[in-house]
Amino acid sequence: MSAGKVFVKGIYQENPIFRLALGLCPFLAVTSSTENGLGMGLAATFVLVGSNFIISLVRKLIPQRIRIPCFIVVIATFVSLVEMVMQACSPGLYKNLGIFVPLIVVNCIILGRAEAFASRNGVGLSLLDGLGMGVGFTLALVIIGVIRELLGSGKIFGHIILGSGYNPALLFILPPGAFLTIGLLMGLFNYVEERAKR
Amino acid sequence: MSIGHLLIIAVASILVNNFVLSRFLGLCPYIGVSKQLDSAIGMGMAVIFVMTMASLSTWAIYTYLLAPATSIWKIDLTYLRTISFILVIASLVQLVEMVLQKTVPTLYRALGIYLPLITTNCAVLGVTVLNIDKRFGLVESLVQGFTAGVGFTLALILMAGIREKLDLADIPKPLRGIPIAFIVAGIMSIAFLGFSGLVTE
Repeated sequence: MSAGKVFVKGIYQENPIFRLALGLCPFLAVTSSTENGLGMGLAATFVLVGSNFIISLVRKLIPQRIRIPCFIVVIATFVSLVEMVMQACSPGLYKNLGIFVPLIVVNCIILGRAEAFASRNGVGLSLLDGLGMGVGFTLALVIIGVIRELLGSGKIFGHIILGSGYNPALLFILPPGAFLTIGLLMGLFNYVEERAKR
Repeated sequence: MSIGHLLIIAVASILVNNFVLSRFLGLCPYIGVSKQLDSAIGMGMAVIFVMTMASLSTWAIYTYLLAPATSIWKIDLTYLRTISFILVIASLVQLVEMVLQKTVPTLYRALGIYLPLITTNCAVLGVTVLNIDKRFGLVESLVQGFTAGVGFTLALILMAGIREKLDLADIPKPLRGIPIAFIVAGIMSIAFLGFSGLVTE
């Protein structure tokens, strides 16, 4: 597979959210505003790239049978790094994301990429794969964050978009709105795909 | 610490802040294992068990090994929280698996594949981190761990019941499978919003 393809497939073809339905918990929990979504996306991208890098470096040293615990230790190290940096540099974001920062450890996308890609490919390709998946994840987070924030409070990134004439549908920034939005979006993706095939 | 206080924690984590429907924890098994009622019940029981055990052991580790004020070596090791908790949960799941296999083989067979899957269930790590964030004591942590598992199981079983019926329904083709499951979850979540005034934490 060419380097370009490795990078691009995470964004559309194998988009972790819309295609593979992985990493859903943080995805739904933090997208009540676009800003939180973007923050979570960048944090997850950093962990993905970092863990893919380290795991592909040491992949030949890790015994097959205990590879999962090893991967988890590497991932958890990067997550702790992100936790500390975020706490120091943007405490507001850290507080908004809450327990979902430590929970990046159990985000199935990251362990999934470690197992499916980084443990079988070289350093360069693994970096690209992590970056592509991270960008795909961030993109999905931003898309759904924009939809929910716009419908739920009439704002994007905290700036008022829909003027005072708009009566915000509060439901969309509450938990049910997250479920409904992702359900309908996935349906839309499937519909578009089917139309394109025909 | 009164019984009433514990009861509030229980009601809060089963209904008001239901782990799946309002905290968004444990969604992967929630969508993945809710196709049949039997497997939903098995998964639910395994999760209740592991969550309770994980709450107990992570509380002990945090209090005696990591927190600077109470640990045996008086050093601030709290930055090791995430890494130590996930390792504890992973080994706990392994241990539970082995113990069950030896002592209660019937239960072990009933839980089957769901036991190892629990390691990656973010609800388990979530509940242990929440216990620490809320500065819960041992009993409170145990109650929250157990009832959070009950809340997860409740949502899972309700969902499985609905999805078994959904198989017979005439759903527009693009929405079949995961999308309709999310829409159903959304409607259930609206229903659970009705509990939100019940207790305030």
